[in-house]
Amino acid sequence: MTEHTEGSEHTEHTGHGEYARYTVGAEIADHAAPEGPLAERWERRRLGARLINPANRRRLPVIVVGTGLAGASAAATLAELGHPVVSFCYQDSPRRAHSIAAQGGINAAKNYRGDGDSVARLFKDTIKGGDFRARESNVHRLAELSTQIIDQCVAQGVPFARDYGGLLDTRSFGGAQVSRTFYARGQTGQQLLLGAYQAMSRQVAAGNVTVHARTEMLDLVVVDGRARGVVVRDLVTGEVSTHLAEAVVLATGGYGNAYFLSTNAMGCNASAIWRAHRRGALFANPCFTQIHPTCIPVSGAHQSKLTLMSESLRNDGRVWVPVAGGDTRAPGAIPAAERDYFLERMYPAFGNLVPRDIASRAAKRVCDEGRGVGPGGLGVYLDFADAIERLGAATVEEKYGNLFAMYERITGEDPYTVPMRIFPAVHYTMGGLWVDYDLQSTIPGLFVVGEANFSDHGANRLGASALMQGLADGYFVLPTTLTHYLAAGPFGAVDADDPEVVATEQGVQDRVKRLLAVDGDLSADHFHRELGLLMWEKCGMERDAAGLREALARIPELRAEFWARLRVPGSGAGLNQSLEKAGRVADFLELAELMCLDALHREESCGGHFRAEHQSPGGEAARDDDSFAYVAAWEYTDGPPVLHREPLAFDNVTLATRNYA
Amino acid sequence: MKLTLRIWRQKGPEDRGGMVAYDVPDASADMSFLELLDVLNERLTASGEEPVAFDHDCREGICGACSLVIDGVPHGPQKATTTCQLHLRHFRDGQSIDVEPWRAAAFPVVKDLVVDRSGLDRIIEAGGYVTAPTGAAPEAHATPIPKADADAAFEAATCIGCGACVAACPNGSAMLFTAAKATHLGLLPQGKVEQDTRVDAMIHAHDEADFGGCTNTGECTAVCPKGIPLGVIGRFNADVLGAAWRGR
Repeated sequence: MTEHTEGSEHTEHTGHGEYARYTVGAEIADHAAPEGPLAERWERRRLGARLINPANRRRLPVIVVGTGLAGASAAATLAELGHPVVSFCYQDSPRRAHSIAAQGGINAAKNYRGDGDSVARLFKDTIKGGDFRARESNVHRLAELSTQIIDQCVAQGVPFARDYGGLLDTRSFGGAQVSRTFYARGQTGQQLLLGAYQAMSRQVAAGNVTVHARTEMLDLVVVDGRARGVVVRDLVTGEVSTHLAEAVVLATGGYGNAYFLSTNAMGCNASAIWRAHRRGALFANPCFTQIHPTCIPVSGAHQSKLTLMSESLRNDGRVWVPVAGGDTRAPGAIPAAERDYFLERMYPAFGNLVPRDIASRAAKRVCDEGRGVGPGGLGVYLDFADAIERLGAATVEEKYGNLFAMYERITGEDPYTVPMRIFPAVHYTMGGLWVDYDLQSTIPGLFVVGEANFSDHGANRLGASALMQGLADGYFVLPTTLTHYLAAGPFGAVDADDPEVVATEQGVQDRVKRLLAVDGDLSADHFHRELGLLMWEKCGMERDAAGLREALARIPELRAEFWARLRVPGSGAGLNQSLEKAGRVADFLELAELMCLDALHREESCGGHFRAEHQSPGGEAARDDDSFAYVAAWEYTDGPPVLHREPLAFDNVTLATRNYA
Repeated sequence: MKLTLRIWRQKGPEDRGGMVAYDVPDASADMSFLELLDVLNERLTASGEEPVAFDHDCREGICGACSLVIDGVPHGPQKATTTCQLHLRHFRDGQSIDVEPWRAAAFPVVKDLVVDRSGLDRIIEAGGYVTAPTGAAPEAHATPIPKADADAAFEAATCIGCGACVAACPNGSAMLFTAAKATHLGLLPQGKVEQDTRVDAMIHAHDEADFGGCTNTGECTAVCPKGIPLGVIGRFNADVLGAAWRGR
């Protein structure tokens, strides 16, 4: 890539012709972040925020899209404050949002174990885990709020694990040497989500929240430069309608399903944030995708999704492959001396608990060397034999029983007697819509929370911090910052017949018709699978310039095929799951190009973004802080996208090479 | 393996609906039951026919969206397993399998295998929560909870709200679901405070949503993918009676 000079145009060429152009626009900055000592910034922001008297809050409705940890907690809390909240989710009940599937736990700097944990240490671990590509202010706030989250959830009746004295139990997770992860067996996400859903349900009963389930957001209404509503489709009746409010909150999760196979739920999609991006919200760090090291390997071409085995398993499970390539003996027949416990060998200080990006790449490397296990050689063992011998099967069952049962159901193998086979898979997207410290996007009045924003995880998310971020945003940050925004209003009345509103709704209607009218011969799933395979191969665990260029040439072709050969059976007038799917795949086909372009322009390796050209002699990720210590925030245009850089400042942690050895 | 599926097709709530047979000649033992439907749907789409509508999302047994009655049993023949986690290795080559939606008065059919389970949400809205506003919760260690209570509360809390209990119950009762939630919250000190008003409100919402009465047949626990024990219903009934006795 050429010099990054403002206003210049960057073009790459391949045999396929010209593609992948972008221009560089003005630098951006986070103007909402307070100055001063790091530990005082959130307190300052809170004290500086304007308030609204309770009688006026009733006149300031807010739309919240998505009902996962971030969305449900935001809806519950904003409604408690007195704002009428209108909530949307595509599932048949808000309780089914994908946060429910999180297994392992939620971090908090409580130091209940006396093992030296503190807010400062959680902050440092998270910044380091994210490979120094997250903002200090945001991450520190997250660490501060973590302790309040646990208190709040316990008050709601979330049944966290407890020890015999009746106090809360904790365990450790990848990337940390302290035991700060609170958990509810292997179902922490479920219990936290039900807590937030129940808090929201209480507000539904009180008349403060209206839930529209089985309803999908298909566009954002922007009037006079402010987000003022959403256009949605009722998935049961097919009716397209517009809902208006004083502000809009997107809590719609991540876009990992761009890869087709991922650990996301099947319905997870990027449409809400992608439509907002097309309306002017910048999209930050789209190439930062976390690959999780412990997923159940693919079993065949029919595979529809990948199932994660919680990272907490690495507390007791030992990861290994045979020393020799092509060793097809049963795992039990391979003596200890002929096993390579490669994580323990390569990273003795953290062992099996190295962060996810490190563990994933190590697994890939041993498989690339021909030492992988299972069908196709795409797997490594996660072995509990030593733990069962040390702790007894009963204790292991108590800790991980439901995960073992799940593994057995999917693979037909019993992990108490045979080691699990695991392989890395797409798990979490750290990129998302750009937001400032107040969680406001570049469209005033559009707030983005949880996985849908880019803000707190840098280039790699530490385990057990996604749940923390979703709840911090919804329960504690938005009630301060969104309220501050609303206090500056009112922003003028918006009517259903305003030209912008009418045009936005018409655009949605037209797009639905267009999807139905293609009348080709291939399903949306067909295109999704092909896109996913391309993304996994060219923009997956390891990327290089040649592969990314190939993908950037292929994606526009695939998109053209989609719009020429798509077939959506049925009509737009009722429940039509093929139509839902087609709309989401159409957006993935656009987002995927931006992901590849972002990956191509970032000529360094960091976290989940590993460029083959940029590695240390030992094969570790080589960051380039002089050139790339910035957030890449992309602006949508009808032509090439515009790159806006937000430089990152590290005043409180020292930029250092990540070392887990 | 080759399988024949007899699937309930119903265009909408007003349509009468009926079983339609489809052959899937190229199923694999490693497929999940929903992946089998994916394969069928791809074929239907290619032939210009409308695919079979069914609810599903996480496909790892936790979201509670999937909901098929397979050969007469909600979530199929394997115990303690959701449909998405049911794999074809538990079926025989050449087998013919009936696939139907949840059937209950409180769960009207939306289309094909998709039903409306919003009645379950209304039960939670009535009282399935702890009144704990955000912002000033006490320190989490302020109230120790005996491990046995915490574990029992957790067992009850694992309910995924799929509605299989309702589909299996001859009365279409949602007592297992309702009782699981009330037991989870009632076993914890935080939730005990409002247990009387909670159980009273929840049982009324249960009846209003058109769920039937419980006669302790136990079909619900037999099909529950999370193994919620029948004991939660006894406990709930005692709580409801206690609340009535105390006049709340």
